[in-house]
Amino acid sequence: MTKASPYLVLALLLAVCFTLATTLEPRAAVWSRHAKSNNVFGLLFGDGRRMFANEFFTMADVYFHSGYYPSIFDLREEGPKEIVAESHGHSDSQEDEKNEDFLGKPKDWIDRFGRHFRITEHTHLEHSHEREILPWLRLAADMDPQMIQTYTVGAYFMCQHLNQPQEAEAFLREGLRNNPDNYEVLFGLGRIYHDNYHDTNRARNVWQLALTCFMKQPPELQKENKIGFDEITVNLANLERDAGNYADAINWFQAAQKVSPAPDALQQQIDKLRAKMTAPTNAAAALPH
Amino acid sequence: MNTIWALAGVVIKELYRRKDFYVLFVLTALITIATGMVNFFHDPKIVRYVKDICMLLIWVSALLIAIITAARQIPAERESRTIFPLLAKPVTRLQVILGKFLGCWLATGIALVVFYLFFAIVTGSREQHWPWLGYLQAVWLQWAMLAVVVALSLLGSIVSAAPSSTTTICFIAVAGILLVGGHLDTVALHQTQPLQGIFYTIYFLIPHLEWFDLRDRIVYDWGLVDWLDCVLATLYAAAYTGLFLLLTWFGFRRKSLNT
Repeated sequence: MTKASPYLVLALLLAVCFTLATTLEPRAAVWSRHAKSNNVFGLLFGDGRRMFANEFFTMADVYFHSGYYPSIFDLREEGPKEIVAESHGHSDSQEDEKNEDFLGKPKDWIDRFGRHFRITEHTHLEHSHEREILPWLRLAADMDPQMIQTYTVGAYFMCQHLNQPQEAEAFLREGLRNNPDNYEVLFGLGRIYHDNYHDTNRARNVWQLALTCFMKQPPELQKENKIGFDEITVNLANLERDAGNYADAINWFQAAQKVSPAPDALQQQIDKLRAKMTAPTNAAAALPH
Repeated sequence: MNTIWALAGVVIKELYRRKDFYVLFVLTALITIATGMVNFFHDPKIVRYVKDICMLLIWVSALLIAIITAARQIPAERESRTIFPLLAKPVTRLQVILGKFLGCWLATGIALVVFYLFFAIVTGSREQHWPWLGYLQAVWLQWAMLAVVVALSLLGSIVSAAPSSTTTICFIAVAGILLVGGHLDTVALHQTQPLQGIFYTIYFLIPHLEWFDLRDRIVYDWGLVDWLDCVLATLYAAAYTGLFLLLTWFGFRRKSLNT
């Protein structure tokens, strides 16, 4: 028996590999569809990847604080993350700042000296450095596509701080694909249409759809998420007021009053609108006959 | 002193003859470049996550190089029986310890400089700014910390015969100090006696290597550490290094060299 050339054996192996690849590739595509894995994390970790999503979301908050963040040893009550609070328009009061001083006074000389090397100042990212939180939000969304906050927070920072409404819209649309009929994602989309694109009709339609989706929730969830109802109705009211539809605006403000933490402020808005609605009538009456 | 330098030179040559450093450097470079090439929301200015990942890899690689290099020095000499002609030169056992320590420390220093140069090039090319003084402080403090780690590994290699077990134990101890060491006082506060006393004793006994970790300051662009604090931290590291080397010498002086 003659000895085969190693090049021929190599060529044969390559041919076998190629043939097998063409046979297996369509089957592999079916397997991946069965696994519903749209990304590498889904393929690697399966549903276990959701465990990491919250960690990545926390990393975004750590970056937002430029590293000033409590460890698991700094026993502090777990509250809402500041990136989430910021995306709802909340800024830190002096009381909040005091609560977030998790370090306290140094306990001993080791602690005191060690603080010279650590980050001990509470700051938030600003001047477009907010972009640094985005990779972690992207990873969190990949890990858990059903984690709504990831999309809303990411879109908020892209729109309000980085002037990237198109990227924000694409991110929210991805969120909507993964979570159809989610009112928070729809509300975020409406905000982009209204604030960035100044497309009143589209914003109105999307916010009304968001409200419909909100109302489809079970009553317990509606009660729990009443801040969402407040945000949608107040924004709809503002939109109608700016569009000159005062009657509709009053209706939305009145709807918002039912759940708002500041109903008196909304009542003032309603009174102003009512005054505006009656003003032309009075002017007409004052005209000489 | 010449003898110590000669012994150190052999250890440094060993670093670039072995593949450990090259493998770790290539891995660090590949992972950093791969993560740096990921496009997040079409924003090329996002850079901190790359710095974060690269610094973590540098820390892990430097620790591995320091511990593995130091842990195998004396056991390898004993295993290959080259310790006998070495001590017959004549070279004292103290000189062997000091030479091995100096060699390992300098070798890790060279590796650190290469790693940080790579870090500066990668992040500087994206950020367009190079805070050299910040990098200098980070390298210096990390190198001072590695002196303690090298001395600890040498001590471990005297106590334990197998380099693998020394490496594992040292790596766990150092990682434990870095991750938990600074929080032991907080943990102790919530314990009852005698556990509280044990935690406090460990807290005040261990070298606080976490001080030397300036990664967050580099990643989040915080300013420089006060230079006086750097000097004090260096003296602190020197004290622990001296203590561990002294203990290593005591152990090695009485040790039988036959395997």
